[in-house]
Amino acid sequence: MSEARWSEADTTPEHIEAALRELLREQHAADENLVPARVLNLVVVADREWRGEVVNRLERLGEYHPSRTILCTVEEGRKHLDATATVSGDGAGEGRVGVLRESVEIEMGREHMGRVDTIIDPVIVSELPTVLWSPHSFDEAVESLLGLVDVILIDTDDPVYFDGPGAALTRAAELSDSSVYVVDLAWLRTVPWRERLAGSFENPSRREALQSLKRIYVRYNPASVVSAVLLIGWLASRIGWQPGALEPAPGGALRGTAKKAGGGSISLEFNPVPQATRGIAGVTVTGDAGFSLSLDRGPGGLLAREQRAGVRPQQWRMFGTSRGEGGILGDGVRQALLRDATYRPALEAARSLTP
Amino acid sequence: MESDYQLSENPLVEGLERLPVRSTVLVIFGAMGDLASRKLLPAIYNLAHEGALPERIELIGISRGESTDEKFREHVRESVDRFSRRRPNADVLNGLLETVHYIRGAFDDADLYARLREAVEGLDEKFGTPLNRVFYLSTAPEFFPVIVENLGEAGLNTAEEADVRVVIEKPIGYDLASARLQNEAVRNHFDESQVFRIDHYLGKETVQNLMALRFANALFEPVWNRNFIDYVQITASEDIGVGTRAGYYEGSGALRDLVQNHMLQLLALLTMEPPTSFEANRLRDEKVKVLEAIVPPRLDEVALMAVRAQYGPGVVSGGETVGYLEEPGVAEGSRTETYAALKLYVSNWRWAGVPFYLRTGKRLSRKLTEIAVTLRPVPHLAFQSSGSLGVQPNQIILTVQPDEGVSVSLGAKIPGTKMQIRPVNMEFHYGTSFMSESPEAYERLIMDAMRGDATLFTRNDEIEALWGIIDPILSAWGADTTSPIPQYPSGSAGPNEADALLEGCAWRRL
Repeated sequence: MSEARWSEADTTPEHIEAALRELLREQHAADENLVPARVLNLVVVADREWRGEVVNRLERLGEYHPSRTILCTVEEGRKHLDATATVSGDGAGEGRVGVLRESVEIEMGREHMGRVDTIIDPVIVSELPTVLWSPHSFDEAVESLLGLVDVILIDTDDPVYFDGPGAALTRAAELSDSSVYVVDLAWLRTVPWRERLAGSFENPSRREALQSLKRIYVRYNPASVVSAVLLIGWLASRIGWQPGALEPAPGGALRGTAKKAGGGSISLEFNPVPQATRGIAGVTVTGDAGFSLSLDRGPGGLLAREQRAGVRPQQWRMFGTSRGEGGILGDGVRQALLRDATYRPALEAARSLTP
Repeated sequence: MESDYQLSENPLVEGLERLPVRSTVLVIFGAMGDLASRKLLPAIYNLAHEGALPERIELIGISRGESTDEKFREHVRESVDRFSRRRPNADVLNGLLETVHYIRGAFDDADLYARLREAVEGLDEKFGTPLNRVFYLSTAPEFFPVIVENLGEAGLNTAEEADVRVVIEKPIGYDLASARLQNEAVRNHFDESQVFRIDHYLGKETVQNLMALRFANALFEPVWNRNFIDYVQITASEDIGVGTRAGYYEGSGALRDLVQNHMLQLLALLTMEPPTSFEANRLRDEKVKVLEAIVPPRLDEVALMAVRAQYGPGVVSGGETVGYLEEPGVAEGSRTETYAALKLYVSNWRWAGVPFYLRTGKRLSRKLTEIAVTLRPVPHLAFQSSGSLGVQPNQIILTVQPDEGVSVSLGAKIPGTKMQIRPVNMEFHYGTSFMSESPEAYERLIMDAMRGDATLFTRNDEIEALWGIIDPILSAWGADTTSPIPQYPSGSAGPNEADALLEGCAWRRL
């Protein structure tokens, strides 16, 4: 592991960029097997007070570490820019190539937010995709950077960021309408559930039940209602249901219906349940003729329970491990290189569910 | 919002990175063997860890050894603990072990298959739905025909409302005749669409990237022909010796071990025409076409087109090493080659006249797998480049290991007042451009077999085309029992005799 650092108070973007170039040159000169990673730029705009938490989350990205991370920590009243740049590499040796990664922290003030693009633009690697993550809102900075970035990471589950699920989904739709690609961490929390539900109906004998579903019941961590709504939005968009707005029910639950394409309706129920991790806790799909399939989070995977008419109930485990919130963010960074065409239709269906 | 879908299609799979697989019972013949322990069982665990396995999976291990369900589960746990690429999660591993069963029996014993059928049908009944069957033959190749015949005789080659597939490990045959016999034995009981012949090399990301490089970039295809390419060298060198594998290697040799499968697969992917789609048979059609265009040497041409050698004593990493003939388990006076070099031509419009040089060997100076494509020199130079290395032909180097990447050599001006040229490299390393770790080849291939996607598996006619290329060489070398086998020092770049194959070029430095 090799590491080189540079820092300067009251600096400029040009100085930061020059320092990065020099650090890369030095590292490569010291060991020609060290070459810079060239995957993507990650720009993070975060409140200075929450710097530690953000840094912790970035450190837990693991293998999905971007090649250049630019962390902007924002402080009230700060007038000038202070910056630290670090270039670190590992893996070289015995004729193998080692990968250098660059990270920059720029301390700035709120007054910089309106034109933060002019600070970031010189510092990013211009030929790489640029991803923006702004976990503490800073809408002004987001607006300023929209013309510069290719992908924005948002979390529509985040109650701090959005004033309720409706506002969160509307903002996601607005961003999706702009030139940037939206990666929504709430959507990524539904990935294992979407995969398992899709897998459950891969069996042709069960697939017919898709058309005769009568009720969907979702359990979720209270902080992840948007994940739950997006999951049902996904089902609705894939199967062709027209969901209506949900109504509040006792205990924080939500109830509603969706119209089926061929007539009839389907009952939708959402219940918050205690769960340590964010995201979905369980899903039950119920059809006619006594069919129901429940998937619930458990140790070592999802616990599945199936009932069918005339057959004794079955119970089994679908193996898998939880990615945790670090894994979700890492997956978000990875998704920046991919494109998921099913998010937008799911988002639109989910918006129909929210008042 | 999409509303119309056929019941025959699953509308939920659209957009998923990981496509679902129907519930499956995976039966491993040779479940206590080295391949199963080191590769298959850890791969299955890793798939479970990632949530990639079908919603219901049952694993049946079959072997001749005395064991029980409990003992086999312990064996699986030890294999996973020791060889998994990630630290096992206790809940996942314990859950997976609950799906593991063991059946003891000799592979030629009909009673084994009766018990297997009973076990598999019992699982169908227990789950209330027929499970897909995947029979994985991780045994010595002589058992392949025996097992497929017994599976057929026991009626295990078909199932109502479920797919049945058989996965066969390499080597498929020992030569063309035995490969044909083996294909015939399999075809007697299984349709070709049910057969998945593994060459794990095709499961490597690096090899699949070769197709991406060729067919996803407009840059290379215009020059990918005889008009621009002078010659190609494909190298698969190893720095290690035969180690503890002398028993296997004595019956195989470098030509069968690496050239007949991995290296000719690389050659096929490098030279085939663009497939119309990446559907399994379209891709394999193109590979077969180009393999059939490689003219095998006549027996009297073999000496001019192929060189074999054995490693002698030498110095590797500063330490002295013994030669092949002194390795434990190697027969006295063995004529098994540890090095093979070939010159081949692809007789079609695209490649006619372009020599393809292949070399592989053990105990060479370094471990390296690469394809080096050398372009023809520029037709005219408008300036002198005296006082420098001068203008060299461009080379496109595709490195498979140890560092996967692509390098293009270009002529560039040396700074100064004169027009002096030297070659420089434009390099691209996959490791610097993607974040995620590549999955093990076996994880990808096991999932593809369970899903029924044969794109990365070898078809019967492909196997026979591969053997057809090297069969005359095997025959000529087998018939020659007196000529001395050239020796090369361990730690060197190979035998000098291999230089004679080259026309107007030299082997690339390892």
